[in-house]
Amino acid sequence: MPKDTLIIAGKTYSSRLLVGTGKYKDLEETGKAIAASGAEIVTVAIRRTNIGQAKDEPNLLDYVSPDKYTILPNTAGCFDADSAVRTCRLARELLNGHDLVKLEVLGDKKTLFPDIPQTLEAAEILIRENFKVMVYTNDDPIMALRFEEMGCISVMPLAAPIGSGLGIRNPYNIRTIVENAGVPILVDAGVGTASDASIAMELGCDGVLMNTAIAEAKTPLLMASAMKKAVEAGREAYLAGRMPRRAYASASSPIDGTFFS
Amino acid sequence: MGIEPTFSAWEADVLPLNYTRTIFCLQHHSIHGSPPVPKRFCIIAPMNLIVNGEQTSLANVATVSDLIAALEIEGNIAVEINREIVSRSAFDQHLLANGDEIEIVAAIGGG
Repeated sequence: MPKDTLIIAGKTYSSRLLVGTGKYKDLEETGKAIAASGAEIVTVAIRRTNIGQAKDEPNLLDYVSPDKYTILPNTAGCFDADSAVRTCRLARELLNGHDLVKLEVLGDKKTLFPDIPQTLEAAEILIRENFKVMVYTNDDPIMALRFEEMGCISVMPLAAPIGSGLGIRNPYNIRTIVENAGVPILVDAGVGTASDASIAMELGCDGVLMNTAIAEAKTPLLMASAMKKAVEAGREAYLAGRMPRRAYASASSPIDGTFFS
Repeated sequence: MGIEPTFSAWEADVLPLNYTRTIFCLQHHSIHGSPPVPKRFCIIAPMNLIVNGEQTSLANVATVSDLIAALEIEGNIAVEINREIVSRSAFDQHLLANGDEIEIVAAIGGG
């Protein structure tokens, strides 16, 4: 059997777990958790530098090296298309022309649900400017197709609100999105624990992107390792093809040949 | 700021005879049309810049490289001026103008 790999923007990855770098205690823990997760694609945020303070502050990219990981800059914190596009342009400059971005345009601070009209507007501009757009969207199969048709290289429906840890709230929609898709579908946001990641993979998703589930675990390194296994297990279960569900029992041991009668 | 400058450079003991309030130094005279002056007299009038959302007044800052040095920023950054990207290769040449809105960003942890 050929090796099961994830292809994003023409590059082959053996890990289907993508991780964020936010909310960790420090950069050292960030680096270690990412290593434990086995992730090869790592998201970062783009923010103003601190001027006039902490000049010698360590740099994230020293702990998460672009030589080792595919850096996926996000547009987190953007609530309109314009700021998302500017963020992506700055990210591309920052990362020496690297054009893979995670586009998220948020609709409100309480839910962090995506603002779809603004996301569409930003995606259109970014695609025109030759960015490779991985788009964060809601679990709407019609929108997922629309993003694929316009040229997004990956569609990333949420499982539940960002940072909520509520798990896959709408598995049927995620499955429909996967069935329709011709580009990688990654569940992005909402995973809370290992079983959630497995469920996403069992539904046929190509990968899972998470941050808080690992960073806010009591022991992030251990959860990173758990997530690695959960994603692998879920993927294998999907490929293996699960047994049908039955309403009643089906004995595992033969009924015939018992020595008692 | 009134007619009289308040910046300390104006209070220096020795100023070049051909001192004006425009930018002039060996590095930039050809661009601004000022006469060349010895480097030690190079004075660039303070400019009002908005850097990462903060009103800032800085003297002796002509290019993006000068600004980064003056703010003691180190490491991997990207710069946007008036909503246009300034590429790293242009930091030495890109001249700042009064009122420029400058964003200096870096990669930080995020999901």
